Parts: sequence; C-alpha cells; structure tokens
Amino acid sequence: MAEPFLIGEAMTGGYGGADILHDCTIAVEKGEIAVIVGPNGAGKSTAMKAVFGMLDLRKGSVRLDGQEISGLSPQARVAKGMGFVPQTNNIFPSMTVEENLEMGAFIRTDDIRETMAQIYDLFPILRDKRRQAAGELSGGQRQQVAVGRALMTRPSVLMLDEPTAGVSPIVMDELFDRIIEIARTGISILMVEQNARQALNIADKGYVLVQGENRYTDTGAALLADPEVRKSFLGG
Amino acid sequence: MSLTARDLGLFAIMGAVLAMVAMFQSPQLAVTILNMSLISAIMALGVNMQWGYAGLFNVGIMGFTAVGGLAVVLIAQPPVPEAWAAGGLGVLLGLMLGVATILAAVIVYKKMTPGKLRGLAIFGVLLVGYLVTAKIFGPAKQAVQAVNPASEGYLGGAGLPVIMAWPVGAVFAAGIAWVIGKISLGLRSDYLAIATLGISEIVIAVLKHERWLARGVNNVTGIDRPVPRPVDLQPVPWVQSLADTLGWSLSQTASVISGLGYSALFLIVLAMLIWLAERALNSPWGRMMRAIRDNEVSARAMGKDVTRRHLMIFVLGSGVCGLAGAMMVSMDGQLTPGSYEPLRFTFLVWVMVIVGGSGNNWGSVLGAFVIWFLWVQVEPAGRWFMDLATSGMAADSDLRQHLLGSAAYMRLLTMGVALLLMLRFAPRGLIPER
Amino acid sequence: MEPLNALISLSNFMLIPALAYGSQLALGALGITLIFSILRFAHFAHGDTMALGTAAVIGGTLFLQAQGVSIDPLPTALLAIPIGIVVMVLYLLAADRLVYKYFRKVKAKPLTFVMASLGVMFVTNGITRLFMGVGETRFEDGQRFLFTVREFRDFTGMAEGMALRSAQAITIITALIVMVVLFWFLNRTRAGKSMRAYSDNEDLALLSGINPERVVVITWTITAILLVLAGTLYGLDKGFRPFNYFQLLLPMFAAAILGGLGSPIGAIVGAYVVAFAELGITYAWRRVFSYLMPEGLEPTSMMQLLPVDYKFAVTFAILVIVLLFRPTGIFKGKVI
Repeated sequence: MAEPFLIGEAMTGGYGGADILHDCTIAVEKGEIAVIVGPNGAGKSTAMKAVFGMLDLRKGSVRLDGQEISGLSPQARVAKGMGFVPQTNNIFPSMTVEENLEMGAFIRTDDIRETMAQIYDLFPILRDKRRQAAGELSGGQRQQVAVGRALMTRPSVLMLDEPTAGVSPIVMDELFDRIIEIARTGISILMVEQNARQALNIADKGYVLVQGENRYTDTGAALLADPEVRKSFLGG
Repeated sequence: MSLTARDLGLFAIMGAVLAMVAMFQSPQLAVTILNMSLISAIMALGVNMQWGYAGLFNVGIMGFTAVGGLAVVLIAQPPVPEAWAAGGLGVLLGLMLGVATILAAVIVYKKMTPGKLRGLAIFGVLLVGYLVTAKIFGPAKQAVQAVNPASEGYLGGAGLPVIMAWPVGAVFAAGIAWVIGKISLGLRSDYLAIATLGISEIVIAVLKHERWLARGVNNVTGIDRPVPRPVDLQPVPWVQSLADTLGWSLSQTASVISGLGYSALFLIVLAMLIWLAERALNSPWGRMMRAIRDNEVSARAMGKDVTRRHLMIFVLGSGVCGLAGAMMVSMDGQLTPGSYEPLRFTFLVWVMVIVGGSGNNWGSVLGAFVIWFLWVQVEPAGRWFMDLATSGMAADSDLRQHLLGSAAYMRLLTMGVALLLMLRFAPRGLIPER
Repeated sequence: MEPLNALISLSNFMLIPALAYGSQLALGALGITLIFSILRFAHFAHGDTMALGTAAVIGGTLFLQAQGVSIDPLPTALLAIPIGIVVMVLYLLAADRLVYKYFRKVKAKPLTFVMASLGVMFVTNGITRLFMGVGETRFEDGQRFLFTVREFRDFTGMAEGMALRSAQAITIITALIVMVVLFWFLNRTRAGKSMRAYSDNEDLALLSGINPERVVVITWTITAILLVLAGTLYGLDKGFRPFNYFQLLLPMFAAAILGGLGSPIGAIVGAYVVAFAELGITYAWRRVFSYLMPEGLEPTSMMQLLPVDYKFAVTFAILVIVLLFRPTGIFKGKVI
C-alpha cells in the first residue's frame, strides 16, 4: 500500500509529564475524511496536536506527502500546507469576518481575493456578515469563520478539533455537509469528534482511540457496523 | 521564625555596614539610617502582607502613611479653643452632612430599581447634599482658618499622649483601605492599583489643601515626641559623663541617645508585628491566604469568599502602613504634606519588598534596610564619583557644575537598576518565600 | 442675558483648555492602551518615558535654536519632534530587549511586567532629571497666540474676550491628525491588523504566521511616537516639569480604564471625559452664569464645585462611578 498523504506514525509522547500517546498512528489519504473518536481522556485532541507539532514526540514520526516534518514548528507546518482549527478561541473576536479571513492568509503574499470568494461561496452567510465583528456571531457562524480562516492558506490538509462542540444538531449537520464539500475539492480532512456516530457517518476512515492507543481502525462504515464498537463507544 | 544561617549572615552584614557608617561617617547618621530603615521595614511588612500573602497590588502606600501621619497631629497636638469656638461645630456638622449625603445616595442606589429615575434621584440627592454641605462647611472652615493663621488656623488635636497616635494612625489607614477595598476588590485586578494610586494622591491633596485640618502646606511642627529631645538630654549628668567616656561632643551624644530611644520603640513594634505576621502566615488562615493567592479560581470553586479575605488582608496591610506613617511623623516631630512623594513613599517601598523577597516577612525587613541604606548613601557616593569623573575639568565649567548638581538623581537610577536586576536574576528576592 | 458672552467666556477658560488637555491625555492613554492590549501589562513607566521623550525634544530644540533654525511662527520644538521620536524608539526598544523580552520568554505573570515597568520608571526618571533637573523648563517659541483676548474683542466687539494660544491650536490639530492616522494604520494596514489580531488572540495569531516579536517592535515604535507627541504638546502648553509628567499617570490610566482597557477609541473618549470633568468641576462658573442669569440674580459666590487642588479627586470619582455602573468601561474592553 502506498504511503498515506499525511501520517503520524507510532507517535509516543505528552506535554512534558507522563506520556499520553502510546505508539499511536493516525493517517489520512488525499481528499478523504479521517475521524478520531473515543471516550473522554483518550488522547484524541492530543493525537491531533501531535500531528500538528504542538507537543514533543519521544518516538514516531509525522510525514506529509512523503516528507518528514516531525521537527517543524506548527507555524512551519502551516506554511507546508496544513490548516488547523482549534477547539476554542479559534477566531479573532473583535475583528470583522473579512479581517479574520485576511489574518488567516497572513503568510501569503499573492492575491487572496479568489480564495476569499471561494470561502464566501462555501459559507454564504459569512459574505453577508463580512463587515461584522466575528465575536458577535452565533456559535455556528463563528465555527464557519474559524474553518474559513484556516482554509485561507489553501491547505492540503485541514485539521479540525471538535468543530461541532457546543452547536445545535441542525448546525452540526450543516457543518458536516460543508466539511464533505471541502473534502471533495481534494483537501484531506482530519477531525476529532465528540459526536462519534454522526462523524463516522461521513468518515472514510475512523480511528477509535483508548488511553492514547489505537483500539479500532477501519472505514467509517465498518466501524459503525462493528457490534463491539457500537456497544462500547456508540452507546449501542 | 525560620531563619537560615544564610539569612542571619545577610542581616549580620547589614549590621556591620551600619557599624561602619557609625565609625567612618558619623554615629548620628548611622542611627538616622537605622531608624528610617526600621520604619521602612514596617511599611514593607504591610505591603508584603498584601502582596506576598494575597497578591494585591497596592500603589497607594504614600496615602496610607500620610493618613497615619495625620493621626499624630490630631491626637498629640493641643486643641485650639478659639478655632473650635469660631467654627468647630460647623466643620463637624459639614463633614457629617457630607457623609450623610453619600450614604443617602448609596441608599437610593440600593433601594430603587435601576433606571433613569434612579439616576436622577441620585443626582438630586448629591446636588442638594452638596449645596447644603457647602453652605455650612465653607464659612465654618474660613472662620477656623482665620484664627491666628501664622501659627494656628486649624482645629488642633486632642492633646493626648503622642504614642496613642500610632494605633490611631493604623485605624485611620485601615478605614480608608476598607472603603477603597469595598469599591475595587472583586473587580479586575488592575482596578485596585489605579484606585490606590488615585486615593493616595487625593489624601495628599486633602492634607495640603484643608488647612483647618492640619494647617495644609503651612506644616505642623513641634509635635510632642515620645522620646526626650537631644536638647533636653544635654543637661542630664549621665549623658555628660557618657560623652566624656566616648570622647564625643555633648550634642552628638545626646542626639545618638535620643535616636536610639526611637530605635528601641520601633524595634519593639517591628518585633511584635513580625511575630504576629509570622504566626498568621503559618496558621491555617495564612495557608489559606496563600492557597487563594496561588490559585484564586480553585479557591473560589472550593467556596472560599475570596473577595472578603482580600478585603481583610488589604485593610490589615494598609493599617500597618498607617502605623509606620504615624511613627515616622512622631519621630520627625512635624507633618509636612509637601514632602510626600509617590516615588519615595510608594514605589521605593515596592523596591524594598521585591528586593527583600516577596512573601517573606524577614525578606521585607532586610529589603527595607538594604534599600534605605542605598537610598541615603548613593547620593554622596554619586557626588564623590562625579567629582572624581570631572576632576579633569575646570572648576567653573558648566558641564562639571551640571553633573555635580545632578548627582542627587543617581539614587533614582540606582533604585531602578537594583529592582530590574533583582527581578531578572533573583526574582524571589534576597530571602525567598518558603 | 447674554448667552453669547457666556459661551465665549466658557470657551476661553474651559472648553479650549479642556480640549487641549484632553488631546494630550488621549495620546498618552492610547499608548497605555496599546501596550496593555499587545504586551498585556499596565505600563507604569508611561509618564516618565513621556518626560524623557519631551526632554529629548527640548534638547533638539535647543540645538536647532543654536544653529539659528526657526520655523517662526510655529515653535521650533515641532521640528525637533522627529529627533525625540528617534531617541525614544531606540530607548523603548532597548528597554524591551534588556528588560521585558526576558519576561516574555519565561512567560512571567502580568504583575511581574508591571514591577519591571516600575524599574524602568525609576531609571527613566533618573535619566530625565540628570539632564533636566527638577525645575520648570519652558521651550515654547514662535508666535504665542493665534489671537489674543484684545484682538478678539476688537474684532468682534463683544464684552467678553477669548484667546487661542498657538500651543493649544497645535495640540488639538496634531492630536486629530495622529488619531486619524493611527486608526487608519490599525484598521487598514497589514501591520496594524496583525497587531489587532495579536491583541485579540495570541495563539491564533501565532498559528496564522504573525511574528510576535515584530508586533512587539511595532507596538513600542507607535507608543514612542505617541508619547513624544503627547509629552511635547503638553510641555508646549503647560511647561516642562518632570514631576508633572509622572502625575499624568493617574488621569491617563483613568482615561484608558474608563474607555474600557484595550479599546483605542475608548481611550480617546475616556481622555476627553477626564479632561472636561477635571476642568468643569474645578472651574469657577460665576462669570458664565452672570451672563446667563437675569439681571439681579447673578451669583455671588465663585460657583466652583471643588478647588483646583482636587482635580485628581475628580478623575478618581468619575472612574469609581463609571466602574460601579459599568465595570467594563464605556466601550467594552478586555477582561484580564
């Protein structure tokens, strides 16, 4: 099998203290959606942050498009084409929607208008509210701003840390639809999700983590069908 | 309580340095430095309670010490009967009306429902209250100030023993701290800083301006002292014989003895305060205060009323500053509102606390000694240095004169550099918190 | 009743001075707000760095005067402002390198930064006094008045006169220009937006590729410009005394907090509120009311609410009132 587009392989490490991840592997193919699920404290967000370079790995490596990036800082990984949407504090609240997008494209030196138009096409509501301060928007709209900001660098991989935390089910469905749309444009999606069932529904690949280790790894559909997984992690 | 050998060594070095001052400069100077160091140590203790125990940032130390000083005038000075006859009652009534106005406004604020009407009512109460107060207070104040203005022109004090002014000064400062704390504690942390900065400027403005209270910028001098003055000591036989034995002049001997009298008093106060502060710090109460300081959020979550604890420690610490202020005025025998400067009375005390080691009472004491010593000695040292540096220039050169004249400001520079170096290289101070 | 005369008197003794004073405070408070929202600490050295900046301008002015340079009728000091700015940019950047940078690196608590700024305050204070002493220095030259009371009276034929000093006019105009340029910079330029982004959400700004050290350098540079201008204008208006600059700390902080810490527009509004309140409450209204009240009802007292000595009390009272009713300030600022 060919190497996946982005892979964090056999990652072991933590935030300085005890290890949180143990020999954990996360990967995503080009244009596909990979979802990390698992119980609270399983190290889901930590695994994603490890892929993004926000903690020191003692073992393992991260490769993007076959290139070793384990030693790079998060900022350098952004420049390499990785986009990251943190779970909280993921917008500039006092700046307008448009300025948020502009700041997302801070490292770009070329014309960003086209990308911005694409994002407005993806999230039409943002076009209407582009002169409004992002902090005044509703929860779902702020999430859209956050995703839009991360897309401004035209990343090849978009990483989302619990994008639907705290939004209503309707907004969640809407957001998942958009995420599928983004994936169709060829961008790989790596996502941590609390709402495991809905997330696995749209996932090409699912990772069930328990205590920092891979427990189950399969396609989203297969995991949903697996009675073990259903019983332990999806509530029957 | 728990001083290590190293800490004792540091104190011993400080003592040796003061002894050298006595030997090579003059014994009077050494005693003066010692006494102001002791007073500064008490101020630093007060600030350390607030900062080290509770993390409260008080930049109004000047105001609290000045209020303590005011207490000395109000307690120890003889009353001025003519002034009381001329307008004493009016002044008192005016003050009470002023307080009543504010209380009325607060009651209106609390009782009425929020809205435009309430705002108007408060405004009305304040306006009427102000006009009535001004009508009564103004003329009475003028009358008081007109009584023998060259030497009096104020209501005078209670004519009580001066030593009583010390606790009263502490109470005055604590009272003001209570009001400020009520308003600004529990709000954002920077508000206390700006509130204390503001109130200390206001206290000084009141002292300077309200001549009926303590003569304002005309100063009150010749206040009763708790220790015999040097002039009164000179005729005493044992002082004379001591002067002969030491080979010092009589006036020098007398002033050293008088100064040491103060030192003894101050030492007693300082020892009591340290004893209390250390006991408090190591009691369950002290541990709780430090727990709150280190993690306010979790302390709140555990159901501790953080704001109330902060108010308590703020009032206590400010009271200690007031006590130090009262002690200082009774040592000087005069209250001079013009001499209160924030750099000297607020920020220098902060340097003492930081350099000494915030959170450690002994550290504050040592910091006070070291910094006060530098404050006094840097100026002559600077002049000597400038003299040396400019010795090549002509004696009447403008530049040389300017540089020599500027030597006084070297002390500010030195304090700043000392503070910055400590923060950078030894942020926990000379005697760190344990 | 002569409302026009009342207005002229009011303008002469209160409105114009308050407008000028408010403009000076606004420039200072803007600097405090910028440092607070970007570097996240209360900059206690602000008043003293303002004094040092003004001292540098005064030095430049003396030099230019000695060379015979003059831009009469404008004060020579205006020409020396760039010198002061260069000196202060270098000074503040040096202070940042030597002092604050280390504390940023170790992620020290905000109050440690405040302590460090106290240290810088002492040092700056000492340096200023080494050069300037403690006395008052006046460095205003050129034409002192745009028009004097007499000229105004002769021209309009009114009973009440009004003067406009050059320093006041220059202050108000300069402050206006600076505010417009500053807002243009913050809202329209890439560097300005990156500053706002950094102030809004430091971590996300890092993720977006904004270089924090660059933001810090830009912030100190703008602060230096603002404080040299504020200090020079204040000095032209009221004369230079180091201690007065230190005392500006209280009204400047009050203005910044009133407006909602971290909000530039709030700092400006706060500054004018403080200035007008200070002058309004310590102003003797007798003259104004003597024109406004019907014959026979003219006030007999000075109609001064508080003596001038209590201007700090006014600043403080306003601050307390606003904070009691609206703890976030007039414009919603940051919460620490």
